[in-house]
Amino acid sequence: MYKIVRKEVLNSAVKLMEIEAPYVARKAEPGQFIIFRIDENGERVPLTIADSDKEKGTVTIIFQEVGKTTKQLGTLEEGDCLLDFVGPLGKASHLEGYKKVAVIGGGLGTAIAYPQAKKLHKLGAEVHVITGFRNKDLIILEKEMAEVSDRLVIATDDGSNGNKGFVTDMLKKLIEEGNRYDLVIAIGPLIMMKMVSKLTKEYGIKTLVSMNPVMIDGTGMCGGCRLTVGGKTKFACVDGPDFDGHEVDFDEAMRRQMMYKNEEKRVLEAHECRMEGMKNA
Amino acid sequence: MPNMSLNKVKIPEQEPNVRNKNFLEVALGYTEDMAKEEAQRCLNCKHRPCVAGCPVNVQIPDFIQLVAEGKFEEAYYKITETNSLPAICGRVCPQESQCEKLCVRAKKGESVGIGRLERFVADWYMANREVKPEKVKKLNKKVAVVGSGPAGLTCAGDLAKMGYDVTVFEAFHTPGGVLMYGIPEFRLPKALVQREIDNVRSLGVEIKTNMVIGKVLSIDELMEKEGFEAVFIGSGAGLPSFMGIEGENLNGVYSANEFLTRINLMKAYKFPEYDTPVKVGKNVAVVGGGNVAMDAARSAKRLGAENVYIVYRRSEAEMPARLEEIHHAREEGIIFKLLSNPTRILGTEDGWVKGIECIEMELGEPDASGRRRPVPKKGSEFVLDVETVIIAIGQTPNPLIVSTTEGLDSHKWGGIIADDETGATSKKGVFAGGDAVTGAATVILAMGAGKKAAKAIDEYLRNK
Repeated sequence: MYKIVRKEVLNSAVKLMEIEAPYVARKAEPGQFIIFRIDENGERVPLTIADSDKEKGTVTIIFQEVGKTTKQLGTLEEGDCLLDFVGPLGKASHLEGYKKVAVIGGGLGTAIAYPQAKKLHKLGAEVHVITGFRNKDLIILEKEMAEVSDRLVIATDDGSNGNKGFVTDMLKKLIEEGNRYDLVIAIGPLIMMKMVSKLTKEYGIKTLVSMNPVMIDGTGMCGGCRLTVGGKTKFACVDGPDFDGHEVDFDEAMRRQMMYKNEEKRVLEAHECRMEGMKNA
Repeated sequence: MPNMSLNKVKIPEQEPNVRNKNFLEVALGYTEDMAKEEAQRCLNCKHRPCVAGCPVNVQIPDFIQLVAEGKFEEAYYKITETNSLPAICGRVCPQESQCEKLCVRAKKGESVGIGRLERFVADWYMANREVKPEKVKKLNKKVAVVGSGPAGLTCAGDLAKMGYDVTVFEAFHTPGGVLMYGIPEFRLPKALVQREIDNVRSLGVEIKTNMVIGKVLSIDELMEKEGFEAVFIGSGAGLPSFMGIEGENLNGVYSANEFLTRINLMKAYKFPEYDTPVKVGKNVAVVGGGNVAMDAARSAKRLGAENVYIVYRRSEAEMPARLEEIHHAREEGIIFKLLSNPTRILGTEDGWVKGIECIEMELGEPDASGRRRPVPKKGSEFVLDVETVIIAIGQTPNPLIVSTTEGLDSHKWGGIIADDETGATSKKGVFAGGDAVTGAATVILAMGAGKKAAKAIDEYLRNK
């Protein structure tokens, strides 16, 4: 069992949990992920590691309540336990040797981009962080990102924070201002990573994206997470999750993400029905 | 006087049209009387050819004699002298190509039902006797076992009986390996696998789940930092092979591993009571001719598919699946498209499978495996309309451990290089066995390798 030692509500849909998992914490590196399962009937869900503390033996995850499992996870409190928590899985990001990097986080992707920015900052790179959210109430990790970046740009789709636009607009502006990045890291919804990769290709800037497809085991056994990169089939769990954004077939990845949409809806509705029933009881 | 009937005593089974709608076990097992009657078919031959056909040398005529005499408990002890998982082997061993193939009775009529008798004895013991572990003197030496499938469980059990402190590391949340995630409930009930795992635990073996060795701890760390004096690697052959044809990444294409893991381990057949879904569709094509292909096809049928095809490029004679599985699959209404090889998978505009294009094959000259090589017939392409394609053409060992262990040699195709007799690898104190060494093979071969390695580890640690 893996105890939740800290829980924080970051915005209306996004929560942070620090989980006691000393073995995982000892090895966790930016870019890697864990798989958790809440209870015996639960599904295995991968989440990228947001932070880890070797001394305390804890791993931090940040998640958006979108489906049944993440909503159920959100109802757990400090002191509660997860049945399973396995990791660190996947390859760590290679962040050494870069001088100036733009780190882009879209929505929840900001949580995954944070450890990357932190590590790059520690390695001495000049780090520009761009984060994007639908509106100002959804902004997360502003303080944390500010601490690990030389420049922080936060954009909102509706302009409610006073800076309207998409992360691609912001990146373009920074590049046009004369910033010469030797690496762009883009983490967020598939469509955002696709658009960033398209833009950086025009400028010839190397771009890393973090893929988070459906998977079961996370060790290369099921192949459910396969995607096409540079015309070849790759498994996100063992070959990634980081890939060259200019090589990833995003359209296929978006299609594959829809595979269980109906089932996810069905199981979520059943869950919400039960929760509603409990409230009314 | 032996029972000279040419045929095995029939084993009661669920009716094909009932069982292809449920996940309960197909074969129901012998009663005591049936077992005694079948046991009397054994001639108790002096030269015991059957024993030589068993990878773990179960003393077959001896245990069968005891069954004939109604001494079921003694029969159990006779089997477990050399086989620690009889309830499993009695169900999933390919007896027709091992012990039963060499049975003298098979020269005229059917062989003695050795597998059925082994299964009967194991089930009888579980139902009627408490498993009580013997007290052993502790040696205070730690051994790590990576993987809790048949190889790992056997190795761990044997080492514990010798007095070693054994810790098993399992990557999944449930121990059992392929016995849990791969072989379906209707062929190998999970409660039974759980009992065998509990037995291993009762010997004092600790099983740590959610531990991916190669990630959370390396083999070197196990030996240098965690105090293990020897390691056995039984991590299986978990990496699914794909065909490399067009359309394999369409929605609705599964590896057999994924399809079966969703169903067996994650209980997708109980969705939405369990959270993990599986897509089956009305028409399903399973590519491959082994046991895994049969398991996938029969599972799809049970989940409500109307037409389930086995697409196999050779003929039935070359199929690697157990005869019984092929026979059961046919009875349950699986349609065999033999001498057919997929050329591409066809998709709808929005990326879902809508069919599989195959080409007819004919058998040419024998290839390296001794089986006649299938050659495509020009212009014979045809399309099966299906919504789901399951690829069951084999697995290779996972590179995770080899790639993170300095000095552990492996074959080009991924298998760990280990001594046939001892399981010793190129790295001192590290032993390996099962599918991780041989590539995808059988439960009994993995058990045999686990057993040999346990003996070799004991010798190694005594002389260290």
